[in-house]
Amino acid sequence: MADASNSDAFVEFERVQKSYDGETLVVKDLNLVMPKGEFLTMLGPSGSGKTTCLMMLAGFETATHGDIRLGGVSINNIPPHKRGIGMVFQNYALFPHMTIAENLSFPLEVRKMGKSEREEKVKRALDMVEMGAFGGRRPSQLSGGQQQRVALARALVFEPELVLMDEPLGALDKQLREKMQFEITDLAHRLGITVVYVTHDQTEALTMSDRVAVFNDGRIQQLAPPDLLYEEPENSFVAQFIGENNTLEGTVKEIKDGLALVQLDDGELIDCKPVNVSQPGERTRVSIRPERVEYNKERLQEGAHTLKAEVLEFIYMGDIFRTRLRVAGNDEFIIKTRNAPDQVRLKPGQQIEIGWLPEDCRALDA
Amino acid sequence: MSDTTQSGPVLAADGTPLKRSLARALRMQKLRALMLIAPLLLFILLTFILPIADMLFRSVENRIVSDTLPKTVVALQEWDANSGEAPGEDVYAALAADLIVAVEAKTHTRLGTRLNYEMTGISSLFRKSGRKVKRWDLAEDAPFKEKFIDIDKDWADPEVWRTIQTYSPKYTNGYFLNSIDMQKGADGAEARPENQQIYITLFQRTMFMSLVITASCIVLAYPIAWILANLPARSANLLMILVLLPFWTSLLVRTSAWKVMLQQQGVINDVLVWLGLVADDARLVMINNQFGTIVAMTHILLPFMILPMYSVMQTINPSYLRAAKSLGATNWTAFWRVYFPQSVPGIGAGSILVFILAIGYYITPEIVGGTKGVFISNRIAYHISSSLNWGLAAALGAILLVVVLLLYWAYDKIVGIDNVKLG
Amino acid sequence: MKLTKLTALAASTALCAPMAFAEMADEMTIVSWGGAYSNSQLKAYHEPYSEKTGVKIINDESSAEAVAKLRAMNEAGNVTWDVVDVVAADAMRLCDEGLALEIDADTQLAPAPDGTPASEDFGELLVSDCFIPQIVYSTTFGYRTDMVGDTPPDDICDVFDLETYPGKRALEKRPINNMEWALLCDGVAKEDVYDVLETEEGQEQALAKLDTIKDSVIWWSAGADTPQLLADGEVVMGSTYNGRLFSVIEEQKQPVGMLWDAQVFDLDGWIIPAGLSPERQARALDYIMFATDTQRLADQAKFISYGPARASSAPLVGQHAELGIDMAPHMPTDPNNAKNTFLYNYEFWADYRDDIDAKFQAWLAK
Repeated sequence: MADASNSDAFVEFERVQKSYDGETLVVKDLNLVMPKGEFLTMLGPSGSGKTTCLMMLAGFETATHGDIRLGGVSINNIPPHKRGIGMVFQNYALFPHMTIAENLSFPLEVRKMGKSEREEKVKRALDMVEMGAFGGRRPSQLSGGQQQRVALARALVFEPELVLMDEPLGALDKQLREKMQFEITDLAHRLGITVVYVTHDQTEALTMSDRVAVFNDGRIQQLAPPDLLYEEPENSFVAQFIGENNTLEGTVKEIKDGLALVQLDDGELIDCKPVNVSQPGERTRVSIRPERVEYNKERLQEGAHTLKAEVLEFIYMGDIFRTRLRVAGNDEFIIKTRNAPDQVRLKPGQQIEIGWLPEDCRALDA
Repeated sequence: MSDTTQSGPVLAADGTPLKRSLARALRMQKLRALMLIAPLLLFILLTFILPIADMLFRSVENRIVSDTLPKTVVALQEWDANSGEAPGEDVYAALAADLIVAVEAKTHTRLGTRLNYEMTGISSLFRKSGRKVKRWDLAEDAPFKEKFIDIDKDWADPEVWRTIQTYSPKYTNGYFLNSIDMQKGADGAEARPENQQIYITLFQRTMFMSLVITASCIVLAYPIAWILANLPARSANLLMILVLLPFWTSLLVRTSAWKVMLQQQGVINDVLVWLGLVADDARLVMINNQFGTIVAMTHILLPFMILPMYSVMQTINPSYLRAAKSLGATNWTAFWRVYFPQSVPGIGAGSILVFILAIGYYITPEIVGGTKGVFISNRIAYHISSSLNWGLAAALGAILLVVVLLLYWAYDKIVGIDNVKLG
Repeated sequence: MKLTKLTALAASTALCAPMAFAEMADEMTIVSWGGAYSNSQLKAYHEPYSEKTGVKIINDESSAEAVAKLRAMNEAGNVTWDVVDVVAADAMRLCDEGLALEIDADTQLAPAPDGTPASEDFGELLVSDCFIPQIVYSTTFGYRTDMVGDTPPDDICDVFDLETYPGKRALEKRPINNMEWALLCDGVAKEDVYDVLETEEGQEQALAKLDTIKDSVIWWSAGADTPQLLADGEVVMGSTYNGRLFSVIEEQKQPVGMLWDAQVFDLDGWIIPAGLSPERQARALDYIMFATDTQRLADQAKFISYGPARASSAPLVGQHAELGIDMAPHMPTDPNNAKNTFLYNYEFWADYRDDIDAKFQAWLAK
């Protein structure tokens, strides 16, 4: 694990635990090292401990055990207002009794900055989020997206090196959310700030982050860049949580040459890549992404295992087709195919055979 | 509907003009809505609007003089009050004629009471005269001037006649003048003698004390409301019951309890003496003065401050404080710059409630106020129930009403009434 | 301590409903002061009268606001009271206002047992045409026997002597009585008091005398205040009604003594409201005839230490119904107590009350 001397480390959690009631741990043995300039997302279902981690970093919660360091210095005993961390809240928390400009000026005022300097920084920050014309308005006169930009500008105006964002886009509609996702990442990279971003929306996590920490049950299940997370989930929780996933249950028969032979519960055999199974006889869950499933035999590799499937439902979704199959007793097996001119549209009741590359099929913990 | 100009009115399906059938449909709706609020409207009208209108009317109404002495009032019009001489025989004859009727109807003593508010001694003058006049005969006993002066020499006093003349119109501003320590003198309004001036002092004191009470309510209620708003629901409910507990006890009991607490041989003084903080022969005077009134009334009115504050504070999201701290504000700055301004509407609502309630209180000041802690309402109550000078009581009440409305208006101008929230 | 007022309040609310039906049933509403005084009337008058006639009597304890309420009832044209107990001054005002029925003593009140007509038996206590006297009470001083040293006060002017008797005094918050006492102790002869008080200078003289003790005065407005203040040791002496002091001394056994000097006699009695229906008026007159006869007035003195208003009742005054002590020595009219007395000057105060009260209140507020 990283120690204080790690020159690359900007934010560090070391063996951090948190309990509210003295009986159960909300955060269990958290270790995390973040370099400067990274955009890291904490992703997980509600109650997984991600927001608690963020609050501990901001200083609104104290760690029950362990050490949190910022720039190599332990901040456990530093009150929130001295940490110099910018924060964007879920409900924006714009002060309703102040104008937009006053809101932005607030962190500068408490830092005893001169008036002209304040005005200049406020103007620059508002221009940065394209809200320059709204300085004199009140938060209640702005739309949700505009408030979001102001909240962002306010968290950045005093030039913190670390910015925390707690589900900042949760209240916006889909289109606006996608636009803001892009703007936030763009801004973060342009300014070179370090961002810890909390969300329960996996698309948001995948599109925005340098690295994603998937939280469950008070622990980080996997910490990896988005592509690795999606393509190489390390356990079945991550596989299930990130993206759409087909799961088949079975038992490992043998492991050989980096391939595991798995006997599914209905007796069929398939080849998989062993991820966290190690010996024959182990129960496993096999994970295959819907877009990696192939039913056009011509495209299948020679010698690949195939399974029989029955088409249950065909859904036309514009850019893709989504087909529900019954495979090895699983009625919820989904495949996705691109809407190409030569693509076959399957019909319910049709009997087909499906297959995939062994490396796309991962044998994970049961 | 722009088509009524040339082609005539648009017709509904049954041939009636559309406008008319629309109006009829709307009228039905309005009537039905009116029926729903009718009980409330009637209740407010009967218990609120009418009494206030009646009070405003009473404060200027003065028909009793011209009703009781119709002939005298007419005869007296010619008399010059500044001549220094009593009026002539015609006025006395008119008075005799009026009094004979009035004695029969037993209204002369009532008039005496009324005029006695303006000039001491008229009450007994009328009562005494009534007994004699009863036996007079208009035709045989004339002339009357000497006879009246025989009954009481006050009938020769021009001041008596001036009072009757001054108050002969059906409406008078006399009560209002009295309410601001003035009176109708020989040359119009003039200040009352200094040893009778009291109402301006009392109005000022009422305002001042009510402000002090409101301020101390704010200071005490704020932390309580804050704790209430930030406690978990279960403990908050318990605390809320404690806050509301005083409402379940009679006002008199609470006020009397303060008497037991604050008097010189009372609990607080006993404790202070026992602790040695105060000498036994120098016990603190904490009641029957302004201090006692402020303490007791602050206690009684405190819930009216806590409740609006609490409901406003409940709506302030705790993330504002967090946001302020994350932006670098200390606890105090975060409170003062961010939390406090948002709680101001609650303070405003509570202050208006407490101030207006305080201004009208009289039981508590009467019991614990001594001489320096009484309010204008105590005088109003006195004139309603003891002196029966309802006209003066009405005028004082009307002034109080106007003062409250003025303050409300000023509050609206300065703070803005939209900035008042009950939650 | 405020029990009488409290019960009065509760009772008046509770009685609002039944009052509306007083007309129909064989019952009448009698208004009085509440407390021990109402109780003495209940025992001496109401119970025997109900027994004799079957008329149910409802007790209303609103005498303190009787004049205002009667006036309001009269204006509303709905008088719900049948007989009202008021002090003589209030009776005079009610009579002046035409709110009370005029009574002819000789035909409408019972003669004495020896045949003396009522007008002679009551004598000069018939101060108003509408007033039927019931008791003579006095306003006098009580003092704490344990706070006055070896020389208990025996002169009214001891009230003004702060050197010999330091401590607080309780005085009624109105000019009546206080002005007279002040003049008496400022060297004005008893027979000249009202002549002096008629003049501006006389009024100022009285207030100047009161000024000398103003800082040591607690002003009371309810009859129960002074007994409580004496019992608590809050005041060294205070004025109140003699019956209240009797109860503090004899019933509650407090260390309190009576200063009968310059006690001011006042009268309390009945009036019948004007404007009753003939049946109710007849019944009210019947009650009055019964309740103010010689024996009934003497009976009341068994329960409270107020003197009966009829000359013929005095010899019949016996012992207290519960304490078994002779009541005669506790009567304000007893020769030992009545060496130096004052009679409330109704004519004077009817004229000067408003004027002097304004000055008195202005003086108080200074």
